[in-house]
Amino acid sequence: MKFQFESLQGFLWMSGHGPYVWACYVITALALTYLLLSPVIKRRALMADLKRQARVREHEMRHQTS
Amino acid sequence: MAWQWFHRLGSPRWFFEKTNAWIPWLAAISISLLIVGAVWGLAFAPADMKQGNSYRIIYIHVPASFLALAGYYTMAISGAIGLIWKMKLADMVMKSAAPIGAVLTFVALITGAVWGKPTWGTWWVWDARITSMLVLFFLYLGVIALQEAYQNQDTANKASAILALVGTVNIPIIYKSVDWWYTLHQPATIKFTSESTIHPTMLYPLLVMVVGFYVFYALVLLMRTRTEILSREKKTRWVQELAVKT
Repeated sequence: MKFQFESLQGFLWMSGHGPYVWACYVITALALTYLLLSPVIKRRALMADLKRQARVREHEMRHQTS
Repeated sequence: MAWQWFHRLGSPRWFFEKTNAWIPWLAAISISLLIVGAVWGLAFAPADMKQGNSYRIIYIHVPASFLALAGYYTMAISGAIGLIWKMKLADMVMKSAAPIGAVLTFVALITGAVWGKPTWGTWWVWDARITSMLVLFFLYLGVIALQEAYQNQDTANKASAILALVGTVNIPIIYKSVDWWYTLHQPATIKFTSESTIHPTMLYPLLVMVVGFYVFYALVLLMRTRTEILSREKKTRWVQELAVKT
């Protein structure tokens, strides 16, 4: 197995096909990153929200008893 | 008890706790396979005799298309399980599968269009394969839209499961399109029944990418389903306690 290009420039340019090939890989990388991050962001927001609600409830309970 | 696991799946909480340890493994395996496969395909696989370097798009176009279809099976089958056995977890899997499938179908369409430009001289043709993939994309969007359209979650699940099941007629059309209407899209490169029309030096990185995409799909579907479980069970005690602990 050997590196198929003579230079880094040659690798990036790919005899004129570079822009097409790299565009595809960049779009795919962005799409996969979105798939990976979106559930994490949603989950964090949800858990932070629940935590805040729990704190509010606790605060209210303390005031009612005092 | 052979069927015990199936009944346990009725409990989203059991599933959530059981799958906790899987995430880092799936992430490590899929991301390393995707990096190895991409570097191999971009830099070390030989250039194609006819297409030159543009063919390197195959290493994402084919895996993304595989998963666009496999994702549809996942969505339709879990939709059916949700309809028949009223299993909450299956409905959540169906809902989670829709946006992932839409993104992967979108990737397959875009990379196909960009690959078409230097190869066929056009971004888009109304070829049977391409058109049926566009229909698949709209089916995914339809399920997403139906999930959002109803206030009542049960009605939304029923409607989107029915749409997903009706849409399965599109799947054999996609598979057979390149043989039935042979216009522009080339027929399948990888065949299971006869010899593949691709040289092993090009095939191995492709297989790495296909496996990488499958594991990645499992990872993101699991992550989305787990988030969906938390979201639907947010009123329950175990989720509230989990939130306070984080």
